[in-house]
Amino acid sequence: MCTNELLHEKFVELDAFIDGLEEKEGSLITVLHKTQELFGYLPKEIQLHVARKLDIPAAKVNGVVTFYSYFTETPRGEFIINVCMGTACFVRGAEELLKEIQDKLKIKAGQTSTDGKFSIDALRCVGACGLAPVVMVNGKVYGRVKKEQLDDILATCVSENA
Amino acid sequence: MSKYRMHLLVCGGTGCVSSDSMLIVENLKKQIKANKLSDEVQVVATGCFGFCEKGPIVKVHPDNVLYVEVKPDDVTEIINEHVIKGRKVERLLYVEPTFEQRISEHKDMPFYKKQLRIALRNCGAIDPENIEEYIAADGYQAIGKILSEMTPAQVVDTMKLSGLRGRGGGGFPTGMKWDFASRNAADQKYVICNADEGDPGAFMDRSILEGDPHSVLEAMAIAGYAIGASKGYIYIRAEYPLAVKRLKIAIGQANEYGLLGKDIFGSGFDFSIELRYGAGAFVCGEETSLIQSIEGNRGEPTNKPPFPAEKGLWNKPTIVNNVETLANIPVIFLKGAEWFSSIGSAKSKGTKVFALAGKVNNVGLVEVPMGMTLREIIFDIGGGIKDGKKFKSVQTGGPSGGCITAANLDTPIDYDNLIAIGSMMGSGGMIVMDEDDCMVNIAKFYLEFTMDESCGKCTACRIGNKRLYEMLTRITEGKATPDCLDELKELSMIIKDTALCGLGQTSPNPVLSTLTHFYDEYKAHVFEKRCPAGVCQALSVYTIIEDKCIGCTACARVCPPKCISGSVKKPHVINQDKCIKCGACLKACAFDAVDKK
Amino acid sequence: MTKMKSLDELKAIREKLKNNMSVRNEDEGVIKVIIGMATCGIAAGARETFNAMSEKAIELGMDNIKFVTAGCMGSCFAEPTVEVQVPGQESILYGYVDAAKGVEIVEKHLKNGALVENLIIGQPFEKA
Repeated sequence: MCTNELLHEKFVELDAFIDGLEEKEGSLITVLHKTQELFGYLPKEIQLHVARKLDIPAAKVNGVVTFYSYFTETPRGEFIINVCMGTACFVRGAEELLKEIQDKLKIKAGQTSTDGKFSIDALRCVGACGLAPVVMVNGKVYGRVKKEQLDDILATCVSENA
Repeated sequence: MSKYRMHLLVCGGTGCVSSDSMLIVENLKKQIKANKLSDEVQVVATGCFGFCEKGPIVKVHPDNVLYVEVKPDDVTEIINEHVIKGRKVERLLYVEPTFEQRISEHKDMPFYKKQLRIALRNCGAIDPENIEEYIAADGYQAIGKILSEMTPAQVVDTMKLSGLRGRGGGGFPTGMKWDFASRNAADQKYVICNADEGDPGAFMDRSILEGDPHSVLEAMAIAGYAIGASKGYIYIRAEYPLAVKRLKIAIGQANEYGLLGKDIFGSGFDFSIELRYGAGAFVCGEETSLIQSIEGNRGEPTNKPPFPAEKGLWNKPTIVNNVETLANIPVIFLKGAEWFSSIGSAKSKGTKVFALAGKVNNVGLVEVPMGMTLREIIFDIGGGIKDGKKFKSVQTGGPSGGCITAANLDTPIDYDNLIAIGSMMGSGGMIVMDEDDCMVNIAKFYLEFTMDESCGKCTACRIGNKRLYEMLTRITEGKATPDCLDELKELSMIIKDTALCGLGQTSPNPVLSTLTHFYDEYKAHVFEKRCPAGVCQALSVYTIIEDKCIGCTACARVCPPKCISGSVKKPHVINQDKCIKCGACLKACAFDAVDKK
Repeated sequence: MTKMKSLDELKAIREKLKNNMSVRNEDEGVIKVIIGMATCGIAAGARETFNAMSEKAIELGMDNIKFVTAGCMGSCFAEPTVEVQVPGQESILYGYVDAAKGVEIVEKHLKNGALVENLIIGQPFEKA
C-alpha cells in the first residue's frame, strides 16, 4: 500500500511536469530525463504512460529509450560504479581496474548484482583526464585509482551510505 | 660547543667536496693555527646543507652567517675580517632572493610561457556563477557594441575576416556557416550550441562551460543577431551536471540583467536560450543527429544536403557551433578580426585548446597558437613523457583521428597539416603514448568505441565496424590469418567511402593510421604471435628462470589449469601448451623468477 | 537588478564593478584567492581545500580575503590549484593544494606574506 501511494505520487508529479511544458512537440527526451529521475529506470508500463500522455506511439518512446545509453529499462543497483574508459584512463590502466571490479563483484559491466547493491558501468570519459584512471561511485569521483584501493573505495561508499 | 667562541661549519656533502670544500677546511685550520686561535675557533666539516647549487658553503656559528660559493683563496679574508675583526665578508654573503626575483624564476616555466589563452581567457580567473565578474572582465561589451553599431551583414563579414574555423572537429569556416544561414530567408531561425562533448579524452568544452558560461551565451546572441535568429538551444551532455548547473545560473542572470530576452539594449533584438540534454549517444555530436535529438527523436544522422543552414531544426535555417568556437567570438569583436587573424598559421587562425593527457608529465588543458609543433606541446608544455619512458605516438582527433609518430613531432599543428599526416584536429584531445602501449590494442580500443556508438542506420558503419573489431580482436589473440592485414585495410577503405555520416566515415582512421605507422607491430602479432609492447595478454609467454627459482611451489599452487610442475626446492617448469596466460604465477612469485615476454 | 537598456548603461556598470574591485583591493589590501572548482578540481578535493582555507582565515581574524570559486585553471596534473593575488604583487599559482596545504598557504602567504615555495607551480597565463 505504502509503495503504491509513493508510486502514485510519482505519476502525479510526472503528469504535472508534462502538463507544465510550454510545447509538447519534441519534448520526449526532456520528459524521459524527468521520468528516469523520478522512477530510477524506465520499465515498459512507464514508457506506455509517457506515450499516452504525449500522444505519440509507444514504439517511438521505446525507440528513443533504447537508442540512448543514459536511459535504462532495468533497475540499477544502489551503488553505481562507473569506470572511466576514456582514452586517457585506458592508457593508464582502466582496463585492468574494470576487470578487477568485475571479478570482485562477480558481475560484468552493464549488470547489477543479485542483491541489488552494485551496478558496474564502463563510462566514456568523465573529463577528469588529469586524474586518470578515474572511478566514479554514485557521482563521486575517485582519481589516480590503484587496484589495491578498490576494496577501500567500495567499503567507504557503503559505510558512508549506511 | 661552550668551549669555543666560534664554530666554522664547512659543508662536507658530495657536491661541496667536489668543489674543494675539504681544501677550505684545511686552509681554515692552517690559518687558525697561524693566528693562534685554535682554542677559540673550531672548524667542523658537516653533512650536506642541501644547498648544493651555491656550494661550497661555510656557516659561521653563532653569528648565523652563511657564506656561499667560497673558494679556498677566500679563507684568508674570512679569517682576517670575520673571525678576527668581526666584520662580515659582504661579497660572499648569501642574499636571499627578493619576492620579485623568486617569482621571475617561476615565470619562465614553459608550461605557462608558451600558452596564449583566448577561448579560456576567463576560465579559472572569474567566478562563473556571478555575472558581474564576467561584466567586469569586458563581458557583454561585444554584443552591446554590435547591437548599437553594426548591421548583421557587418557581423558576418567580421567573422569571415577573422578566419575562425569550427573547433568541434571539422574546421569549417564559421563566418561562411553564418553567411549561408543569414541568406536563407525564414520566419524563424535557430542557433544551436553543440556541447555534446563526447570524444574520450577531451574536456575543453566542459571546462569552458564550467568556468566561463557567459562567453558562450554572449556569442550565441551575436550569432543570433548575425543570422536573424531569436532562439538558441544548448545541447549538453547529461553527464556534465556541474556544467548544466552553471549554465542554468548564467542564463537566469543574463535574463535578469536584460542581456538575454526581449529587446536587448533597447535595440529591438530578442534572443532567448534554452537547454536540451543529451542522453549518452556519441553520434549526437554530429550536427544532423544532434538536431534529430533536440526534436525528441533517435539521434540518427540525415543526409547532407540539405545542410542545417538551409533546413535544420524543425526544417528552419539553423547554425550549429561548438562551445570552444563560440568562446572565441566575443573577443574577436572587442579586439578586431585583424588581431585574431594575426595569431596562428596561414590557414588556421587563432589558438586551439588541447586536452593533453596520457603518458605525459603535465596533464592539462593547454591553449596554444595554431602552428605550434607537437614537440613543443608534448615536451616543453607537457614536460615530456612520464617516468622517463620513450615517446611512441600521440593520438589526436579521438575515435575519428589517427596516431602520429616521432617522425612528425616537428610538424606545425593546424587543421590541414594534421590531415596531411593522417590524423585530424577533432575536438582537441591529445593522448600521449609511450613504449608500453600496444598500437594494435589502441586501434581495437577505438573500434570498440565506434562499434558501441554506431547508431545502426547505415550498414557500412553498423556491420563494417563490428567486423573490423573482430579482426583486431583475432590479431591481439594471435588467431589471425596471414592475409588479415590486407583485409583489414580493404574493409577500412570501404567503410570510409560508404558510411552515411562523419562518425562512420572517420571510424577506420585509427586502424589505417596505425597500419601505416606501426605495420611492424601488426606483423609481429600476426606472423610471430608476439606483442612487442607486452600488452596483449593472449600473446604473452610466461617462463620460469631456472637460476632464480628456489622451488617454493607458490606458483604451482595458484596456477588455475595446474600446468606448473616441479618438486619442492627444485626449479619449476610451465607447460606452455596448457598455459592460459593469466599471469597468476608472476604475481605469486616472490623471487622474480617468472619472466613475461 | 533592473534590465539594462543601453550599451552605455553596461559600460557604466562595468566601470563601477572594475573600480569597486580594484579600489577595494588596493586601498584595503584585499587579497584575492581563486580556487579552481571545475569537475576535476572538485574531484581532487578543491571543495575541502576551499572550506579549510576559509575556516582558517576566519580563525585568524582575516577579513581582507576574497575567495573566488572559479572554473578550470588548466593545470590538471596539479589539482587542486589555487591562485593568490596580493595587491601590488604578481599573482602566484599553487598546485597540489589539499586542505592541510591550503591552511599552510593561509598562515604563511596570506597572513605573513611569505611564499610557500614548494607548492608554487607557476604564474597565470597570458590572456586575450
